[in-house]
Amino acid sequence: MVQLPVSAHRSLDTSFAALADPTRRAILARLAQGEATVNELAEPFSISQPAISRHIKVLLESGLILQRVEGTKRPCRLAPESLNELQQYLEMLRAGLEMNYQRLDRLLAARKVTKNDP
Amino acid sequence: MSQLSLETEGDRFVVVKRRFKASPEEVFQAHVDPEIIKQWMLGPDGWTMPVCINEAKPGGKIRYEWSDGKGGGFYLTGEFIELDAPHRIVHVERMHLPDPTPDNRIETTFVKDGNGTLLTMRMTLPNEETRKIMLSTGMEYGMEASYARLEKSKGWSSSN
Repeated sequence: MVQLPVSAHRSLDTSFAALADPTRRAILARLAQGEATVNELAEPFSISQPAISRHIKVLLESGLILQRVEGTKRPCRLAPESLNELQQYLEMLRAGLEMNYQRLDRLLAARKVTKNDP
Repeated sequence: MSQLSLETEGDRFVVVKRRFKASPEEVFQAHVDPEIIKQWMLGPDGWTMPVCINEAKPGGKIRYEWSDGKGGGFYLTGEFIELDAPHRIVHVERMHLPDPTPDNRIETTFVKDGNGTLLTMRMTLPNEETRKIMLSTGMEYGMEASYARLEKSKGWSSSN
């Protein structure tokens, strides 16, 4: 049972870059609970609204979130194909393990060389 | 093919598979010898494991402490349940973030695969609440470096 739908795999590089920032991950976590305006998204953070707007722009460009116009408000919501919280966790686990295992690959190769030295 | 595969099994387990170009004995040893563990189970570059206790026997204790070298870090504790060298390890572990996460029972097997080893790790899928904590705190450490590399390659830098 693979959790990631094909569409998520296709956009994973873009999604990863968008997920690189803790603020953007927090925004996604908030949007997982439902639609929110830019002001509502900015509220928990001690950063300026222009900074929040830049994060939102990156998330929009990555396709992870969608935005609509409602009078002067611009409410955001998760895109249907956005990584849900479980997928975010699994991708984080995958990347963390792979980083360690690549280090172990190099270590095992180096030990092999040392062992075979006459 | 060294790419890691990661699949969920129902809504309670995660199964990770990864091939290594070394014998089951060598890969098993890398999971129980503190001197070897300290060299790879680290997360991003710059992190170290100043404390690595691994009493590889049934009932033996596990304690890994990670440090980012700037005063940040966290630790993991656990106990071994079964060991069958070089084939199988069963242990429980929990992360302290700083509150302990629920116990995670992990079964790791090492099976000879041609010239190498197929490692399979079956672990408990943390519940939603624990995943949220891991996403926002502890697990983050392991991700920043690889995310940052990708971010750089995409020309997207952090904007706050």
